[in-house]
Amino acid sequence: MQSQAEATPVRAGPVVRAALLQRYAAPAIFLLPATVLIVLFFLVPVFTTLYLSMTDISVLTFRNPQWAGLENYRTLLQDPFLGKIMLNTARYVGFTLLFNVGMGLVLALLSTSVPERYGNQMRAVWLLPRILPPVVYVLIWQGLSRDAPFGLISSLTGSERSFISGHPWAAIVLANGMVGASFGLLIFTSAIRSISQDLFYAAAVDGATTLQTIRRIVLPMLKWPILFVTAYQTLSLLTSFEYILLLTQGGPGFFTTTVWSLHAYNLALSNYFGNVQFGLGAAMAAVLVVIGIIVSVLYLRIFNFRALVAEPKIEVN
Amino acid sequence: MPLLPPRWRLLLLVLLGLSIPIIAGFIWLLLTGWFDRVHGLIPAGGFAPENWRFLWETVGGRPPVFVALRNSLIFAVVVATAEVLIASMAAYAISRLSFPGRSLYLGLVLVLHAFPAVSLLIAIFYILRLLGLFDTLIGVILVKASLELPLGIWLMKGFFDSLSWEMEMAALVDGMSRWTLFWKIAMPMVRPGLLALATFALLSAWGEFIIPFTFIVSSRSQLMSSYLQSFLTEAFSDFGMFAAVGLFYAIPVIALFLLGQRYLLNIYSGGVKG
Repeated sequence: MQSQAEATPVRAGPVVRAALLQRYAAPAIFLLPATVLIVLFFLVPVFTTLYLSMTDISVLTFRNPQWAGLENYRTLLQDPFLGKIMLNTARYVGFTLLFNVGMGLVLALLSTSVPERYGNQMRAVWLLPRILPPVVYVLIWQGLSRDAPFGLISSLTGSERSFISGHPWAAIVLANGMVGASFGLLIFTSAIRSISQDLFYAAAVDGATTLQTIRRIVLPMLKWPILFVTAYQTLSLLTSFEYILLLTQGGPGFFTTTVWSLHAYNLALSNYFGNVQFGLGAAMAAVLVVIGIIVSVLYLRIFNFRALVAEPKIEVN
Repeated sequence: MPLLPPRWRLLLLVLLGLSIPIIAGFIWLLLTGWFDRVHGLIPAGGFAPENWRFLWETVGGRPPVFVALRNSLIFAVVVATAEVLIASMAAYAISRLSFPGRSLYLGLVLVLHAFPAVSLLIAIFYILRLLGLFDTLIGVILVKASLELPLGIWLMKGFFDSLSWEMEMAALVDGMSRWTLFWKIAMPMVRPGLLALATFALLSAWGEFIIPFTFIVSSRSQLMSSYLQSFLTEAFSDFGMFAAVGLFYAIPVIALFLLGQRYLLNIYSGGVKG
């Protein structure tokens, strides 16, 4: 079509238009709804976050925010609790990650070392915390950690106090970890399954013990999946606060378990009409947004992107 | 692993031991929902069907539970349907059509798939207020469906990629339009993918808490997650009713779990984001 258009430029108008229409109309129709939603709720919010973080927006000035430059960021840096919140965030991400990846790995190794039927059943059980509605999942945690004589944890440990108010960090890491472990479990399981069977037979013929097989064959093959799960969950933990909000609301007491993302949320949205510190909350969120963009672009570079975008084999639209 | 270790029974026992907390939690929920008082995992009071009185009376100024149930059903079904249709259309275009900016679009989808969308909630609050969609069911539906689109597009692209070109070429040569081809040929052939994405989207929307909790304030638009959460904030919680509401809310999920374990495992290990 194109070469014909070039050859007869004078009469080609309608032809070119028809060709263009045919070439772009189909992709445009197919992509329109997704594009509108992605622009409206991903791209615009990214810039809105950055913009709002540089205004004095609050419940009072919601309709008419004034430009404030870097004022919010200055306030943020002077916040006496900033250090504590950053420490909490590091603690939350670090320990939960350790539990997630470690537990996921242990479960994957165990569940692939027992007959398939049992392995699948156990993996399904670990899927439960993930598919249960978060509020129901936290309800169970609240129930198990009630003070004596109701809570199972307090009757097992002999402590009178509620587990959540007594050991808030342990509760948060365990509750998050039990959900997150299934992510690693499933990815590691499929990675273990894709290891060539010959390797296992060869190891057995050489008289390798189970532990040796795991150390010398399985673990080296899991290097990339482990890296992927770690990288992926670091980013999602850094911004997640749902379970903390439901378990401890950032307490007990003053900022005991408040992490960065929860603090941003509380500053901006802790009452129905937005908060007096909406702009400050936006500034904290902006930090997460920028980190999120940088890290997710990095993922794209690490994964083999070119292979994913092979050109379509049919050129007709 | 193809060769079972000699002491696999011991390993199974360890595995069971690690899974006990999850099973114990479930038993606690069942017992507490049906008995008066539960100490640990032992019922200390009598059978208490009155824990379920939220079904026939309103509790402490909350709307009737069926309002929340209806809203949750609408929310989950509309979000899942929209997500499956819109993601499939976009995925088909990325997988099968040639247009400028195609690899850029795919790159954007991939980046957004990894990008943590919760960090955008504050800005989305502002945008919903500007659009007049704050505190409406349609607003939260749009937000939830949009935030999961990158995942859906990515998943469906994988399914469209694996379709054979020959069948499509034949249909095109016969003069079928792309649009007809998509609905009549491509979509039926990726049914396993549609089913997987629909299941995932339904489960995810059914359990969604933060989005409706943040963007819905009036009780007539409340969802089950906020209804249940309202029991959590009371100073002296009636755990019997709390657990009964939780059980009621989780029935579809538990049923799906009991009926389709293998299916769920396949979906969640098939590269769907957690």
